Amino acid sequence: MEKLSFRHATRTALPGTRASAITGVVASGNLEVLLERNLAPDACRVEIDTAIAGYGAVWAAVVADFVARRQPGGLTITINDGGARPDTVSLRLAQGARLMEMP
Amino acid sequence: MDFKPVSLSTSPLDQSWYEASARARLAGLLDADTFQEFIGPEQRMMSPHLPLFDLPRAFDDGMIVGRGLLEERPVLIAAQEGRFMGGAFGEIHGAKLVGLLRAALAVKPAAVLILFDTGGVRLQEANAGETAIAEIMRAITQVRTAGIPVIGLIGGRAGCYGGGGLIAGTCARLVISEGGRLSVSGPEVIETNRGAEEFDSRDRALVWRTMGGKHRRLIGAADAFVDDTIGAFRKAVLAAIPAAPSFDLATLEAEQARLEARLDRFGDARDATEIWGGLGIADPAAVPGLTTEGFDALLARLPEEPHHAR
Amino acid sequence: MPDKMALEAILAALFPAGHAVTVSDGLITGDGPLGAGRIAVVGIDGNTALGIEGACHLAGRVLDVVRAGGETPILVLIDSDSQRMSRRDELLGLNEYLAHLAKALLLADAQGHPTIGLLYGHSAAGAFIATALATRVLVALPGAHPSVMDLPSVARVTKLPLEKLEEMARATPVFAPGLDNMVQTGAVQAVLDPTRPLGPQVAALIAQGAAADIRDTRDALGCERGGRPLAHDIAARVVREAQGA
Repeated sequence: MEKLSFRHATRTALPGTRASAITGVVASGNLEVLLERNLAPDACRVEIDTAIAGYGAVWAAVVADFVARRQPGGLTITINDGGARPDTVSLRLAQGARLMEMP
Repeated sequence: MDFKPVSLSTSPLDQSWYEASARARLAGLLDADTFQEFIGPEQRMMSPHLPLFDLPRAFDDGMIVGRGLLEERPVLIAAQEGRFMGGAFGEIHGAKLVGLLRAALAVKPAAVLILFDTGGVRLQEANAGETAIAEIMRAITQVRTAGIPVIGLIGGRAGCYGGGGLIAGTCARLVISEGGRLSVSGPEVIETNRGAEEFDSRDRALVWRTMGGKHRRLIGAADAFVDDTIGAFRKAVLAAIPAAPSFDLATLEAEQARLEARLDRFGDARDATEIWGGLGIADPAAVPGLTTEGFDALLARLPEEPHHAR
Repeated sequence: MPDKMALEAILAALFPAGHAVTVSDGLITGDGPLGAGRIAVVGIDGNTALGIEGACHLAGRVLDVVRAGGETPILVLIDSDSQRMSRRDELLGLNEYLAHLAKALLLADAQGHPTIGLLYGHSAAGAFIATALATRVLVALPGAHPSVMDLPSVARVTKLPLEKLEEMARATPVFAPGLDNMVQTGAVQAVLDPTRPLGPQVAALIAQGAAADIRDTRDALGCERGGRPLAHDIAARVVREAQGA
């Protein structure tokens, strides 16, 4: 297991008012993403617990890409990862952001 | 196996139970937007034991419990996530269901629903899981004694194995689908212990025939056989709640008679098809291929209704 | 590890004036005198696996006791294997038979027949849940060795080296086999003292069982003893949240 932590500044807050959402399941090649709206509107924190060590650079790139596209300001995002591929991670992050934007 | 192609409908009721996550099953089964979780994922009550094994944890430990409405009546509900650690019972996973059943004695819901999806005890927490299963069974009998139906639903990818099978046998009513499998030792466990001559776990037809939903419905181990959709499970649960037997001597004596009769009649059977033939089914070999409609029609034609005191 | 006590020795110690307990195909049934009345005895001897016939037979005897009424206690003596692992047992619905036996014991307890489990040998998995773990008070004799799965099998499934598992087992009681670990999780309430007469020890447990309320105290014991640090608190939190607190 490896723990990773990323902090980003965003230009805007993620729209919506939902306090929290969860998506995905911890399984081989899959992950769960918990999103909580509890930070300043221009801040985003991502905490990752991954089963597969040594992929910090890949995670950094996937998270940076997500932050740039979605501007998830205000969110703490916590991930339990069972060894998901980067495309699956991106998909789950996008799903999570969409859930948080829902009325 | 006759799985329907992936539905193009967006209604939660039309989604495959087998394919859905535990959270999607809960949300679809209950009246829309009525589910409220207890100890939700944001509380991060995760297994303290899995890190010892260098294994990833889940925020809900694979067990989601809470309350909701079913046709506007309050129910307590639990769902196992079969994809996380095979839905296995660990310390927190099991304790959440124990707590839900104890809560039922206090809040007196119209029913307690348990959505099984489990391989049994989580080996990494075996002693805690095993003990929790015993606590759950005791609590179920207490909830049933209080007149509250406990209904089990089986149709997930992990099936309902090991201690999960014993808990299921403690429920007042069971709803099962084609994808649901219900037994104690799973095919792989029997093969590992006794060899492939005893049970070839790769023979999927044999697995479904021996442990699958249709066989369990035919011998009276389950009370309803349903299509693999959330809507079909919902409909069957609504029908099961008023039909749930009380937990008393009369029910257990009827179950004793039913289980003794099964041993007498079918104790020498080598295969499910022999049992089905003995039940009066003219073409047992055709049973696995039947649609739910065809299977219901066959049940209606049987000389005797499978009886199911439990 | 001390040797396990033989069934004959246990019965002789429990019933010095004689008893009517017999063993057939590894299944224990019968009764013996206790105080002014009798105590019913059921169980499994000789490391026997519990299959559909055995579970059905034992459940029938337990229901006989319930049907007869009164407050006859039931002693469940266990030295079993796990559930019988076979295609035939599963075909015929082993889960129903094992659950039925557990339910019979739970019903007996609820209807005023104190149920006492006495683990004197092995037990595992489904057989353990259907018998000893379905009693109100479960105690053991030194030398008993319950398990869910033996360590070499755990090593196979978890793909961890056996030596590493043995080392981990010393640090936590949560997964490894053995009586001490099941005591720490709260599943086994106490270990009896074989150097003192067994009869009075069992009689005291029955009196205690009859007086106790129906609440399951195993999770509280597990918390106290450290074998299950969180279960009790988690269950209590669910109850609180369900009551809207």
